[in-house]
Amino acid sequence: MKYMFIMRTPVELEIPEGFDFTEIINAMGAYNESLIKAGVLLAGEGLAPAEEGFVVDFDSTPPVVTDGPYAEAKELFNGFWMIQTSTKEEAAEWAKRCPLGPGTRLEVRRVTETEEFDQSNEYVQKEYEWREQLGSDKPVAG
Amino acid sequence: MATPDGADVTAQDAVASARRRVEAVWRIESARIVATLTRVVGDFGLAEDLAQEALLLALAQWPRDGVPPNPGAWLTTVAKRKAIDMHRRNNRLDDRHADMAHHLAEQQRLDTGSDELPWDPETIDDDVLRLVFTACHPILPRESQIALTLRVVGGLTSEEIARAFMIPVATVQQRVVRAKKTIAAAEIPFEVPPRKEFDSRLGSVLSVAYLIFNEGYAATSGTAWTRPDLANEAIRLTRILSALVPEEPEVLALLALLELQASRFAARVDANGEPILLADQDRSRWDHHQIRRGCEALARADAAGRGRGAYALQAGIAECHAVAASTAETDWAQIVALYDALGSLAPSPVVDLNRAVAVAMADGPAAGLQLVDELIAKRALDGYSLLPSVRGELLSRLERHDEARIEFLAAAELTHNERERAVLVEKAGVRPSA
Repeated sequence: MKYMFIMRTPVELEIPEGFDFTEIINAMGAYNESLIKAGVLLAGEGLAPAEEGFVVDFDSTPPVVTDGPYAEAKELFNGFWMIQTSTKEEAAEWAKRCPLGPGTRLEVRRVTETEEFDQSNEYVQKEYEWREQLGSDKPVAG
Repeated sequence: MATPDGADVTAQDAVASARRRVEAVWRIESARIVATLTRVVGDFGLAEDLAQEALLLALAQWPRDGVPPNPGAWLTTVAKRKAIDMHRRNNRLDDRHADMAHHLAEQQRLDTGSDELPWDPETIDDDVLRLVFTACHPILPRESQIALTLRVVGGLTSEEIARAFMIPVATVQQRVVRAKKTIAAAEIPFEVPPRKEFDSRLGSVLSVAYLIFNEGYAATSGTAWTRPDLANEAIRLTRILSALVPEEPEVLALLALLELQASRFAARVDANGEPILLADQDRSRWDHHQIRRGCEALARADAAGRGRGAYALQAGIAECHAVAASTAETDWAQIVALYDALGSLAPSPVVDLNRAVAVAMADGPAAGLQLVDELIAKRALDGYSLLPSVRGELLSRLERHDEARIEFLAAAELTHNERERAVLVEKAGVRPSA
């Protein structure tokens, strides 16, 4: 089974004075290394600050694009991991080991397999094709 | 729940949930726990016994008392205490155990939830690698290597292993017990093999992972612990190994091969569980993220610049299939070249037969048929159902249907697989005679 760990932090997260970012980077590095050594890590990325991003709001047509994080958001997504385990409990054990502090949280979601949807639906069929194109767009060695 | 019955159900749920947590912790920690204990008590078999005793205690206590904050440390500490108690009983508190007792006394707070690691971060990777080499030691029969590796490195219970291989639990336990006795009797050192033995010992480890994968890959059914899970377990073990010895290209090559083969799981059987041949598979159902991981692992193996070994060559063949949009667009000439290399590295009539099929795809059925006939003349594959089956395919592509029918019937006689037999009989029957 595949699980996604989504790191969420409050918008108003207070960063104490003299906060040691190197320590955080080291702790995250060690955590990632432990996931790799256990053979469970499939992918993971950290996200750049929300101010660099933008939000597309679909309340109106056409949708409205605004800079920065969603104005009313209380939490921001800062990164994710994709891991593969044999049980939900194993995913939970790994999630609990993530070196995050008070105020932050990890949302853990199982990644669906396309096989779980109605196979006769034409978009489910198309999704297989999209995945194929997305997965094979990269040149391979050899 | 308001009713007493309901409360019981809830209590049972809590017990089951705690049990699943113990098993999850065990899967994550068992290798490091057993490796650490082996280093500390100096005896692999004893370490494994102690670790299993600690696991049993956890299974009894955690559902009742709750899971400790640092479960890996708890298990290791309990096992070390049991080691000290045992030696005290035997009045053999030697220096090694005196050290351990002293260390434990200092680490009492582990019980109450310190996040201190129960093992030495400087040596733990080497210890786990030693553990892998011990479990896959060539002195052990293959099935014991597999059982021991899944149990101590993979952290599977005997019940899970038994279910995966469809054998009795007692058989698994017997294999583990015998293996530990053999290792003790032969005084196998707890070490990473010296350079001159390293390659062949690593080969033994890779074979174990490969066989576990094949056991999962060949099967098409299963319930609680389904067979794809066994294949995934083999991939996990190979990933662990590739992190422990990142400089070994054959480990990455095996990882590539397994990822590429596993990418086809969803497309390998139809809705009725009938196997679908590679040529007929819906390629859009292959796992293209997994294919990418496989291709990347093979590229990393190639980057070592040491040439391709047997796993890398097979991974290369799997890659040719994985990146092709259809059978027609497959680079069959490249596949023939890879089979040539594989055949000269590890000569085998089965490889020759596969090469003949690839030649037939690259240069036409007549060229393939000539190679198949050479193989028949050598008589190395007598009684192998795929030989007449392939010959039948090639003959039917050459429109020599009467001869093809004879081959399909011969293949149907030889196969032990009922489904395959039905397909072959159908092929023999529906072909129009010339």
